[in-house]
Amino acid sequence: MAAPPDDAVDHMIDHVIEPVAAPALPVPGVPIVRITALRKSYGTNEVLKGIDLDVMRGEVIALIGKSGSGKSTLLRCINGLEQFQDGSLRVADKPLLHDSAMAMRALRQQVGMIFQSFNLFPHLSVGRNVMLAPTLVKKRSDRDAADQARALLARVGLAEKFDAMPDQLSGGQQQRVAIARALAMEPQVLLCDEITSALDPELVGEVLRVVESLAEEGMTLLMVTHEMNFARKVADRVIFMHQGRVHEIGPPAEVFGAPKTPELRQFLKSLDD
Amino acid sequence: MIEFTLWDILRNLALALRWTVALSLIAFIGGGLVGGLLLCLRIGLGRKTQRLIGAYVALFQGSPLLIQLFLAYFGLSLLGVEVSAWTAASLALTLYTSAYLVEIWRGCVEAVPKGQWEAARSLAMSFGEQLRHVILPQAARLAIAPTVGFLVQVIKGTALASVIGFVELTKAGGMIANASFKPFLVFGCVALFYFALCFPVSLAAQHLERKQHGRTT
Repeated sequence: MAAPPDDAVDHMIDHVIEPVAAPALPVPGVPIVRITALRKSYGTNEVLKGIDLDVMRGEVIALIGKSGSGKSTLLRCINGLEQFQDGSLRVADKPLLHDSAMAMRALRQQVGMIFQSFNLFPHLSVGRNVMLAPTLVKKRSDRDAADQARALLARVGLAEKFDAMPDQLSGGQQQRVAIARALAMEPQVLLCDEITSALDPELVGEVLRVVESLAEEGMTLLMVTHEMNFARKVADRVIFMHQGRVHEIGPPAEVFGAPKTPELRQFLKSLDD
Repeated sequence: MIEFTLWDILRNLALALRWTVALSLIAFIGGGLVGGLLLCLRIGLGRKTQRLIGAYVALFQGSPLLIQLFLAYFGLSLLGVEVSAWTAASLALTLYTSAYLVEIWRGCVEAVPKGQWEAARSLAMSFGEQLRHVILPQAARLAIAPTVGFLVQVIKGTALASVIGFVELTKAGGMIANASFKPFLVFGCVALFYFALCFPVSLAAQHLERKQHGRTT
């Protein structure tokens, strides 16, 4: 059930000594995200029933499963968009503390998120979308933030769209801006919540190519996806979630090639229909 | 008996119109400030504050402005505070306006998609930053048309200040009508003055609304 308070004291000390916003130093062998016995319910409906998961730095994890299996909820717990009731979640060895605005602000600088519906700020230009958070949160100067935004937009193939407004872009372009915007905070982990589900089929490829390049550069990625081919190709591990639990986990070849449980077999079969 | 020419009537009404405009501006600026403050409290603080502000809104929306004016005028003097008609009218209209504006604006804030909050939050922005840089600019765009539309209600609402002896357009109209024995002509002119004030504002609201729809679709 609840995580034993084994090292709670150690971490309180950590907390006092280290400024909360200090960048996490990469520690080899220590998981960047450590989820222990995590439980989450909406009222009486328990949607996550004890999740244990360690994500190593640089790992790419694909979460698959039926809708309502809890995969998006799990993802949203990792940056505190959803509160969980039980268990613990640590990012870069810092516990997630819902009640501390400072701690949440520090955590969210480590964890970027990309949404199904892009959620670009419609009143700001593409460049300003990317620059906003770094200038506010990281206190970057306008010029530095603009330089960074241009570089990131070039990276996602949208260098010439700096001054465009979001509604002038296609869905695929908007989603690539959203990726640049998340990268501008220089996160350690990137959460992708069905980021191609709202796109026309012909636009899916351009977004996935950007994500794939991030994976190649060593970004830690957790993605909820329906693109099984992409998961098979890019993910290091695939997690099949079923009824609020990690039902099956393993390398893509195993999960897709030799599913162990009837639920996963059923799920994979339903995709072929 | 003094003979009132049409010119006399119009001139005196035009002079009184100044006070209708002044009172409308006070109500709108004061109501806007109080409403804005209440809105921020309502969004930023907990459930208790929300209920408290909800009660405030219900109170002022659920009683006639006329009674609110009476209460401000006679109630305050009962408490030992001598208030002029100016103060009482300004106070009552400010509170009345704020109660409506906070509701209009709350609706606009709620009309901003939840994903905007989530995106701002996941970029590590503080609550104040989310509100100031992401939510309020979008809500403000939505709010322009209904806010300007409500201005018309406020302008017409100032007519009620005549009951506590505040000499604005309606009160002046009443006084001239009594003295001139031409009530129909006088009140007809009063109506035209109100119309001249309100109609352009209505047009502006409609224009803004159309512009809004053009942008969102």
